[in-house]
Amino acid sequence: MPSGVTVRQAGPEDEVAGVRPRWVALPETTEEVAAIMTAAAEHDLAVVPVGGGSKLHWGSPPERCDVLLDTCCLNQVLEHAEGDLVVRAQAGVTMEALARTLAARGQELALDVPVEGATVGGTLATALPGPRSFRYGGARDLLIGITVVLADGTVAHSGGKVVKNVAGYDLGKLFTGSYGTLGVIAEATFRLHPLASERRWIQAHLPVRHADESTTPGTGPGPVQGYASPSARGGPPQRKATLATVLATSQAEPTAVEVNRGGDDAACELAVLVEGSAAESRAEAVAALMPGATVGAEPPSWWGALPDGDVLMELRFPPSRGEVVLEAVHGLGATVRGSLASGVLWLALSPSESSPERSSESSGRSSESSEKLGSEKLGSEELGREELGREELGSEGLGSQGLAGLVAGLRARLAEVGGRVSVLASPYAEGLDRWGEISALPLMRRVKERFDPGRRMSPGRYVGGI
Amino acid sequence: MLAELIGRLGEVLEPEAVITDPVRLRTYECDGLTYHRATPGVAVLPENAEQVAGVIRLCNEYGVPFVARGSGTGLSGGALPRTDGVLIVTSKMRAIVEIDLPNRRAVVEPGVTNLAITEAVRDQGYYYAPDPSSQQVCSIGGNVAENSGGAHCLKYGFTVNHVEACEIVTPDGDIVTLDRADPGYDLLGAFIGSEGTLGVTTKVTVRLSRTPEAVTTVLAAFENIEQGGEAVSAIIAAGILPAAIEMMDALAIAAAEAAVACRYPENAGAVLIVELDGPSAEVERQFALLSQICSKAFELRVAEDPAERAAIWRGRKSAFAAVGRISPAYIVQDGVVPRTSLPEVLAGIDSLSREHGIKVANVFHAGDGNLHPLVLFDDTEPGAGERAEIVSGRILDLCIEHGGSITGEHGVGVDKARYMPRMFTDADLDTMQLVRCAFDPRGLSNPGKIFPTPRLCGEVPGVRKGVHPLVESGKAEQF
Ligand SMILES: Cc1cc2nc3c(=O)[nH]c(=O)nc-3n(C[C@H](O)[C@H](O)[C@H](O)COP(=O)(O)OP(=O)(O)OC[C@H]3O[C@@H](n4cnc5c(N)ncnc54)[C@H](O)[C@@H]3O)c2cc1C
Repeated sequence: MPSGVTVRQAGPEDEVAGVRPRWVALPETTEEVAAIMTAAAEHDLAVVPVGGGSKLHWGSPPERCDVLLDTCCLNQVLEHAEGDLVVRAQAGVTMEALARTLAARGQELALDVPVEGATVGGTLATALPGPRSFRYGGARDLLIGITVVLADGTVAHSGGKVVKNVAGYDLGKLFTGSYGTLGVIAEATFRLHPLASERRWIQAHLPVRHADESTTPGTGPGPVQGYASPSARGGPPQRKATLATVLATSQAEPTAVEVNRGGDDAACELAVLVEGSAAESRAEAVAALMPGATVGAEPPSWWGALPDGDVLMELRFPPSRGEVVLEAVHGLGATVRGSLASGVLWLALSPSESSPERSSESSGRSSESSEKLGSEKLGSEELGREELGREELGSEGLGSQGLAGLVAGLRARLAEVGGRVSVLASPYAEGLDRWGEISALPLMRRVKERFDPGRRMSPGRYVGGI
Repeated sequence: MLAELIGRLGEVLEPEAVITDPVRLRTYECDGLTYHRATPGVAVLPENAEQVAGVIRLCNEYGVPFVARGSGTGLSGGALPRTDGVLIVTSKMRAIVEIDLPNRRAVVEPGVTNLAITEAVRDQGYYYAPDPSSQQVCSIGGNVAENSGGAHCLKYGFTVNHVEACEIVTPDGDIVTLDRADPGYDLLGAFIGSEGTLGVTTKVTVRLSRTPEAVTTVLAAFENIEQGGEAVSAIIAAGILPAAIEMMDALAIAAAEAAVACRYPENAGAVLIVELDGPSAEVERQFALLSQICSKAFELRVAEDPAERAAIWRGRKSAFAAVGRISPAYIVQDGVVPRTSLPEVLAGIDSLSREHGIKVANVFHAGDGNLHPLVLFDDTEPGAGERAEIVSGRILDLCIEHGGSITGEHGVGVDKARYMPRMFTDADLDTMQLVRCAFDPRGLSNPGKIFPTPRLCGEVPGVRKGVHPLVESGKAEQF
């Protein structure tokens, strides 16, 4: 290892998805990162960059891992250009520390961080969408410049510190969500927003759809179809809008529309965030669309956090199909949480929660509701929930085989509504296809091949074993 | 090579979709940057992705380069054809494939114009947010290639923030979908803004936005540009994010007045146009704040209805074309600086202008620091063109010195490829080339754009005379 860079022997706590590296390197500057990468290239050592370490157990285990490149000491906020609403920070700065710095000046990076302790680099590398990505976009939409170190030690920049810039390829987009497989993110520059003067959360229970019940909203668990939607005006008759669609397109302009269901028996909670000036009156306008809503200045406890569970999946789907997806996963004993407005749900499962009794019980209930759906085409019948790999859960609960089958079943069902399933974290790997089919995978492989021909950057960690 | 390829195009396309007639080919000689010209070896008008793929596979077979072209409004020579290559024109791919309002999306073919999308959904209360001022004519495929912005991108962002997926034909002829919702590398993000160098877009899924409840447009007249600049900083500091903040200096105002009689307040050293939009209650509060902030303005006009709003925008939107009234020739520059550097950079432009005896009119997207200096000169005066070119180039240097960019929205194309090394190191450019090589190892897709090649002898400096034909025909307003 190059002199001057702090390096220590790795211990069990440094394992990456079960693979123990030999060393942990702790660079403090971009130059030190480059020195480490150059040395690693010379000795053909595989490197896995790590930020807060919050997602090290995610993804597939690396093919090999010699050096864990811990970015914790790259912890400087390099420049906060307040008047330009721009900040430049080293990759190891925690999102919390960054938020504190910015809040002191009445500004924020409008990225929700669903995991505690996450760093700037880790947040970019995993690019998890938080509630407010509905309004502000994700990490890639707020990133305006990046400095990366490639596998051969090359330091490269793209973008800059201005919000509007179309010079050259946008390497920042490429590295955002690359799970450490293309190079090390050393520095990042973001576009900021003024900290909202006011925030209001509007909360209600999401009514469950049952085709045989009355269509009047506001009477307990009624149907959600039938809301007047902007699309219903003027043009040809459209499918009736769901509540999520109505909220997402409300001219009160909510920042986020989130849902949470703590388990099969739990109620489906809906929470909508309105931010900025006149938040109160806008919140009232939103509340008027939600039967039984309350308005408050505090978020629900589950807001913006990843649900707990050994297995974590991300479901993506056209937002108008959110309720169909919620029904499709009902009965799995999972905690489901996410954005109905953007069409992203997280699903967390733990073996203990998917005990056989529980799953058979919920199957029973689900078949009942399937019958009730009658002619409703979008209901769970279409999704064939009976086949959702429930038998794979088996009497031992959720094992490798069970999970692979369950994921395959769920994936097939979501595909029918234009959705997809990714497994972000899972202790069971056998036979498991974590990512599903990706049209551009051959191109992604070629990108990986160019950036990291020696397969030294987190090899095997991401899609298609990239 | 090319001749053989042309002979085989019939395997892929109808005969009328292949243009070899030199007179007809001349239609495609240049884009909006008219001083770079080349007649394409052949032009093709495919109707679908399969045909595009077929053409590109032939290009591969013969090692012939290809260039995609949308509406040809680009301002950096991105669609400049190759005399030894194929020009793939998307003008026959103009179908709006699907409008899905519940999911706020539309799927369109690449030749569909930007405005056509908004027109298709406007009555239902939706619109497509990125609004380049060429929106009546420019194609969505061109927008994707250039990552185009518009006056309202301060609040709403650029093309890249509003595109959910693209179907592309890769430079080796495969049809691939790049989808934001797919896991894996964000190749969609890398593709958007790649100026046709990573393949040809054959379908675009765009996000539609809900029409805001309220819009208030304000025109504030200041004695000088410094006061205008202070107001911009104060607006941002107050935590207001307007949809647009535009500024014009005295010379630009005079030109607009001469061209369209916009009747901006007399003797204004600078005018600021601020547009607020969003929920009514929010717009009302922000307007109250804005009025206080603009206390130094000697006149404040407020438009509440579309007609009044159009009156305020008229002067701003005509500004580019209008300088044709006060100068025989001009160069449109496009550079970006951090907003807080605007005063210094404007002062720098002013001294460059004095030093070289070349007038510069300033029109810009003040909110995001995107300058569009109009470098004015008389092309009948010996040496004036060269001096204008020097001033124009120095302005880009000023932008780079202040941590900005050589282009905010018009792209690099052939025009600015030589400036790339001033903004990026060799390592940066080589790293970008890795992306290029992954997509296009043979360098067949729009070669010679973005990345610097040695400047050719006899290359004429960037001069535009008079008004762009699109502007003249009333089809486009220039920003
Ligand atoms: C009067 C006027 C005003 C303008 N105002 C603005 C403005 O406000 N904001 C702004 O951002 N720009 C503006 N522009 C620039 C221009 O309109 C945009 O860059 C626009 O996106 C170009 O679209 P086009 O269809 O004309 O593309 P073209 O000029 O035909 O092509 C531009 C580039 O895109 C590539 N390309 C085109 N189609 C495809 C495809 N299907 N697949 C792959 N590559 C493709 C071409 O190879 C070329 O590199 C303006 C131009 C004019 C003339």
